[in-house]
This record gives sequence, C-alpha cells and structure tokens, in this order.
Amino acid sequence: MNWRYQIRGLGVAVAALLMVAACGGSGTTASIWTTATSAASDGGMDALVKAAQAEGTLNVIALPPDWANYGAIISAFSAKYNIAVNSANPNGGSQDEVNAIKTLGSRGPDVVDVGMAVARKNTNLFAPYQVSTWKDIADSQKEPTGLWFQDYGGYMSIGYDSAKVPAVSSIQDLLGPKFKGKVALAGDALLSNQAMQSIMMVSLANGGSADDISKGVEWFHNLKAVGNWVAHKGTDSTVKEGDTPVLFEWDYLSGNHKKDVPTWKIWTPDGAVVGSYYAQAISKTAPHPAAARLWEEYLYSDEGQNYYLKGLARPVRMTAMTTAATVDKAAAAALPVVGGTPVFLTDAQATAATAYLTANWAAAIG
Amino acid sequence: MTVTGSPVSRTARRPLLGGRRLPLHWIGALPFLAYATLFLLLPTGIVVVGAFLGDNGVTLSNVTGLNQQNIGNSFISSLALSAVSAVVGAALGALFAYAVATGNPRGLLRRIVSSACGVLAQFGGVTLAFAFIATIGGAGFLTLWLQAHGIDIYAKRVWLYEIPGLVLVYTYFQIPLMVLVFLPALDGIRPQWREATESLGGSTWHYWRYVAGPLLLPAFLGATLLLFANALSAYATAAALISQGNPIVPIAIANLLTSETGFAQPGLAKALALSMIVIVSVVMFLYALLQQRTARWLR
Amino acid sequence: MTRSRRLKLRVFRAVVFLVMGAFFLVPIGAMFEFSTRGVGEGAPRTLESWTTIATYPTLVAAIVASLELAAITSVTMLVLLLPTMIWVRLRLPQLSRVIEFICLLPLTIPAIVLVVGLFPVYRWMATNVSDSILTLSFAYVVLVLPYTYRALDAGLSAIDVKTLSEAARSLGAGWSTVIWRVIAPNMTGALLNACLLSVALVLGEFTFANLLSYVNLQVEINQLGLANAGVSIAVSVASLLFAFVLLMVLSFVGAARRSLRSRPRVRDPRTDVLWGQKA
Repeated sequence: MNWRYQIRGLGVAVAALLMVAACGGSGTTASIWTTATSAASDGGMDALVKAAQAEGTLNVIALPPDWANYGAIISAFSAKYNIAVNSANPNGGSQDEVNAIKTLGSRGPDVVDVGMAVARKNTNLFAPYQVSTWKDIADSQKEPTGLWFQDYGGYMSIGYDSAKVPAVSSIQDLLGPKFKGKVALAGDALLSNQAMQSIMMVSLANGGSADDISKGVEWFHNLKAVGNWVAHKGTDSTVKEGDTPVLFEWDYLSGNHKKDVPTWKIWTPDGAVVGSYYAQAISKTAPHPAAARLWEEYLYSDEGQNYYLKGLARPVRMTAMTTAATVDKAAAAALPVVGGTPVFLTDAQATAATAYLTANWAAAIG
Repeated sequence: MTVTGSPVSRTARRPLLGGRRLPLHWIGALPFLAYATLFLLLPTGIVVVGAFLGDNGVTLSNVTGLNQQNIGNSFISSLALSAVSAVVGAALGALFAYAVATGNPRGLLRRIVSSACGVLAQFGGVTLAFAFIATIGGAGFLTLWLQAHGIDIYAKRVWLYEIPGLVLVYTYFQIPLMVLVFLPALDGIRPQWREATESLGGSTWHYWRYVAGPLLLPAFLGATLLLFANALSAYATAAALISQGNPIVPIAIANLLTSETGFAQPGLAKALALSMIVIVSVVMFLYALLQQRTARWLR
Repeated sequence: MTRSRRLKLRVFRAVVFLVMGAFFLVPIGAMFEFSTRGVGEGAPRTLESWTTIATYPTLVAAIVASLELAAITSVTMLVLLLPTMIWVRLRLPQLSRVIEFICLLPLTIPAIVLVVGLFPVYRWMATNVSDSILTLSFAYVVLVLPYTYRALDAGLSAIDVKTLSEAARSLGAGWSTVIWRVIAPNMTGALLNACLLSVALVLGEFTFANLLSYVNLQVEINQLGLANAGVSIAVSVASLLFAFVLLMVLSFVGAARRSLRSRPRVRDPRTDVLWGQKA
C-alpha cells in the first residue's frame, strides 16, 4: 500500500480523535465549599470533614518534609482524616506556588504556604476563609477577610559546624582567617526571600536599619574580598560534606542539620534579630475545596500548631496557646534563644531592600 | 505500475485522480510538522508573544528592558561559556569517539562506553554540581589531597564557582554527548579511503587533512552546534554552582520567573528567551554558511 | 596497516580510555564515597543511605512510569523522525534546514521557559484528553529531538540513502519497506545511539515533570532525597547505575537480532584486527 495514503489516513484519524475529545470535555460540579468562608457557615466541622473525605485528596506544593516539620504534619493529617496528600515540587519557592495555581488548572495546588511579599501581591488568586481559631491570630498577621493568614515564623540565624570553625560570638568573626572559603547563603539574594533577609540581618548587625540594607551588602563585599565567601548556595549535602560549614538560614531550618552534623550550632547576633512569618492561603480554583479548608483547620488547631513548634518554628497562635496552656512545653523550651526585639520587614521595606539588591548585589559580590 | 506519458523526470511519481500531478511530496513531511507545530512551535509562540505583552497589553518595554548592563554581561558570559565548552567538548569528544570507533563495533567496550555516554550526557543539575564540589570543591577530596602535597588550586580565588569552573563541569556532559552524536559519522569511515591515500603516497596527516577531515566536517560542525545550544540553555547545573547574581542568561531567566521577593517579571524573562532564540538562529545561519562552503564538493 | 601505526593507535586508545575513564569516574566515586559517610567526624562508613532506598515502595511506581514514558518516547521519536528525515533527504531537500532548525529549537529555550508555553496545552489536555503521566511523552519527544536528529543525521550522511532507496524502489519496494527494511538496517549504530539518548533523557528528566506536577522517576528521587543528604546522593548514584544497566540491556537487544545472520570474518584494514563484518 502507498505509504503516503497510510500517513494521510492516520493523520485524519488522529485529527478526528482530537476533535471528538475536544467536544466531549466534562465540566466539574462546583461544591458549596468552593466559596465557604468558614466552617460554621456550611454545617460545621463535621460537614467539612465528611465533604473533605468524599473528595479524598489534597494537593499541596513546595512543602519539604523537614521544613517546619511538614513531613510529620502531612503524615498526621493524612492518617487522621484518611485523605491522600499529593506533595508537588517540594523545593519550589513562593512564586512557583502561585505560578502553579495560575497554570495548572484542575491539577494545581489547593493550598499554598508563601512568603509575605508573594502573598500580598497575589490576593486575586485566593479564596477568603477564616479558620475556627481566627481570633487567636493577631490582626497584623492576617488579611481581614481571610485571603491570607500567617502560620509560622522564625528568626534569621547563622548556623555553623563547631568542629570545623571556631565558635561565633560576633558577626565580624566571620571575616577572620579561620573562615576562609566557608561562609555561604542558603539561596540567591535576588531569588529567595531567605537570602534577602540574611543580608538584612547582617545589615542590622553592622549599624544599618530595616530601611537600609546597604551595610549588609557592603559586609558581604568584604567577605568576598577576604576570600571567606562561597558563591553557591548551601544545602544539606554541602553542609554534611563540609563545603559550607557556615550557613545563613532561618533558625528552624538550621536545626535540621543536626542530624547530619552533630556538632552543628545555631547563633543569632544580639540586637540584630530579623524575623519573618509565612502565610497560608487557599486557592480560588482549588480542585478539592473542602479538603483545602480542612487542612487549614488542622494547621491552626492546637495539634497542627504544636507540630510546627516541634519543627523549631514559632507558630502564629503561640501567645494564645501559651495562655491557654495548650502549647507543647518541651518543644517551646527547645526553641533557639534570641536576644533583642525582632524586626519584621514591612512590605515597603522588603520592596526597597530587593530594589537595592537588584541594583547593587551583582557588583558587590561579582 | 503505470507511468504517465510525460518526459522522464528524476522523481517518478504515481499519478492520482486521472493523471493530474499534485505536489504530494509535502504530505510526507506533514506528520512531523503537525506534531512540531502543536508541541513545539505553539509553546514557543506563546513565549515569544508573551515577550511583547505587559500589564496593559502590547508593549516593547520588555525588549527594551534587555538593554541593561548586568543583562549584557550575562549574555557575554553565556556566549563565552557555551562557545568554549562546545569547542573543548567537541574536540575531546571527537578524539574519544575515534578511540571507540576503531575498536570492535560489536564488542563489550563499545557497548559500555555508549551506554555510559548515554547516561552521562543527560547527567546534570544539582547532582553533577555536587559531584564536582565533592571532588574539587573547597572541601573536596582532590583539593585536600593536593593541599597535603603543597598545591593550593584555589590560592587566588575559588574558580570552580565562576565561569571557568562551569566550563570544566559542562565538559562532563558535553564530551559524552559528542561521542554519541559523532560516532555514527566515524563509523562511516571506509578503509578504502586510507588505502587510496596511501596508494597515492599520502601520509597520516594528508589523510586527515584532505580526505577524512573534510568528509567528517559537516557532521562535526553539526555536533558542535548541538553542544553549543546545549550549553547555552543549561540551567540547573549552573544554578547549583553559582547561585548569586545573574552570571548567565538561563539563571537570569529563572530569577525573573520565580523570584520570591515579589520582583518576578515574566515578560522580561520571555524577552530573554526570545533573544536566546535569536542568538541561536544567528549561529545556525553562520553554521549553514560554513556547511555550504566546506561541503560544496560533496554530493 | 603498518606495525608502527598499529602500535600508535593502541597507545592512543589506551591513553584516551585511561584519561577519560578517570575524568568521568572520579566524580561519581566522590559521590559514592560521600553517600557512605557516617554521621559526625570519625564515624564509621555505613551503607545505611543505600539500604534506605529499598524501603520506599513509591519508587517502584515512579520507575514503571518512567520506563513506560521512555518506551513511548523512543518509539514515537523513531516513527516520527526517521521517515521524515529520509523523506526530506530524498524529496524535499529545501526543507532540510527548516527541519534542522525545528530540531534545534527545543534546546535553545531553557526548559523552565518552554514549560511556560506548554502549560496551556497541558491544561487543555488534562481536561479533554487525559491527565495521565503518559501525556508527558508528547513533550519528551520534543525534548529529545535535538539529540536524536543529530545522531540520525550523522548516520544518514554515512550511507548513500538515494542509491539505496532508488534500488529498492526499482525492485518494487513500498516506502515502508524502503525505510524500515532497507535503510534502517544500514544505520543501526545511529538508531541505537538515538534510542540511548532518548531513553537516558526521559529517565533523567526532572523540570517538566516537576513543574507540570507529575511524579516520574527523578521527581520521586528528589522527594526521597529530602530525607537526608546521604540518601539524596545515594539515590542519585543508584539512578545513574539503573539507567546505565538499562542502556546496556538495550544495546544487547539491538545486537541480538542482528547476529542471527551469520557473518564472514574480515580483517579490518584500519586496525588490522579480525572482526565480524559490519551490518
């Protein structure tokens, strides 16, 4: 048979198949939970649990297992309610999470855990929801209608392997000769919120302020000049291998290195405490709206918040839980100690800091 | 079957529909073109169109935004890195391929090398970067061993985490890729060529310079072009080794697409991708010119 | 071939293999060494990271998915690309640069950007065709195009496609016979290399699957690797070994079918060694 005819026939068949498939697309039925703004409004927690179990799945994104104890939280949630949790793109950043909401449609995430800058910029993607423990969250830590609400936070710290470098008692120690080729950030300053806050902490320790990140940039420039700077980001592997024995990281993340390096210590400079909270949000186009809301209820319950605490992160309801004595005392005692009033960057300050970095960082450490 | 009464043509086509000649040759290429349109040209088009869209509709601000100092530097670094790693990878890979081609074509060594090259050509990203960090990084075992013998390779600066280091790491996957795409061409070397050269009194140098070299040149240039494009768009390995600043274009694109500090500029990222397409188009055009001139005497 | 030339060739080959072998194996050795480190200074070596890999049942499903993707991608690539390349060589030479450019395009755009263009296509497919992981093979065929085009092109330029096809046609062969039973057997090396490249690419592909939220082998390996540093490196080395073994098996499968025919033994003038005659 003529090969050309065969190919043409095949092409027509494929085209027909695609047309038929395109015509027959099934729409999803909307659930009442898609627009529910609280559990009480649609039948209470029991109705929510039933609806979530009927959905059977939850899509989360960018939740590494050892970030604020999310591994344990996901397992506990999944076991308690018999809902399968799909954890996608664990190394993704906040922007990846909102990009996924925008692009993946019915396969996208139901809930996101994002940095404040990304949360504030993308409220048009979120559905408002108020968890049952809403009033325990301070007003400054939530959006009034419930488009986003903070979940846990921590303070910027310097983690170091005490077996490889001497004890750190001041930030200027890191410029010394014993730290040659050993100091690293945990991300790219222009890409990662964590790296930007690290530089801000250094700026505060060098006489800068929340409005002025330039002292931090200068300090890193000096760090590179004396040869102590490692240009690539530190990870679990590079810490264990010994390539980045000094790492700027959130204190709750730094604690994870102890399982690879028993001599790991965490230190925060006195009077230069930079803190940051992350925020939860529910996607407006969540494929599993009831499961999404149940997840939020779980995270803000005492059980969920104590799990964060066990991961060395400071849960947003900590004050209320300490008063009500429902906080896990052992975990609270294990939190790294900080001296001084923590500084939380406002949106304007974060934007100004990033703008300064965009203009000057590459030249400073290039 | 029947042939029409028209004069002999080089391509004897069967007449359809009562003897009318329709340009049916193009149908042969249709399946591939249709597939490429749907899964390649369409997505590329979406990206290219996105480069001209801003918050308020069509705009040229993304393209003009490319005219910045640090982006210009990223381009220069990217092009230098890609060109050097392509040439080094092509040269070393061709030698390696020749060593493989002169062995038993069905032997175990050839199979092992081909399979290993297949795996290593796609080996990259964070793991490859870590492999090199563990070998010659600041605390790598080779670095420490050399230091114990008095040689400090990082005396002046830690070059592994800069462009020279990237060139070294890139050759790790460029060489295997070269071996795999160039080996079929080397398999086509006929022993008769060597015999003919020798019977005419030529030496090894004459053989390579005037006979085998020019015959292999088109395939060699094509493979080098592939290596160049491969290095140009490689992202994950460089991001794991140099994660500060915008040293090369793919990292700049990633920073613009996924920045968590609220500074994501997808339009500019797409404009950068568009410029990469333009650059490779220019390089392909030069390559086509070069092919034409060097392969003029080939059929 | 003169004795001195043979000797020089032997020395050249030995040197090249030694140097290349060292260059490629040393970093992998470093990774293996790291994955066997114990916790803390002076701790004894341990294979714990490696044994942990066996305790993850989800890995099996990911391996199966990736193998299926590799098979579908390779077959689709061969069926789509080889006939087109032969056809263009014979009948549409003016299209050859266009095809070459199309086949280089997937490599000019970094994957993180190309996937941005694919999102709408995949979103449409998820609701209207299927949201199975196997739909990734459509994108993977596009991703392997640059590499396989080069390998097939090198193979095609080493044989005389025009004469072979005209001879076959004049003997009454249809086009499918010409392509699959006349030309393809003459370029088995190129076909094998193209398949090796596409299988290796599919097994090693991470970005597309990750951003499109599918779980393939590398996504699952990444997930596993978050347990601790030793496991992440151990599982990466394991995936390299797995891919290597798979490709070796693939190269033997191709050969087994060829060696069913008997061959005269011929002395190779390049190296003066007795080989079986090449197909």
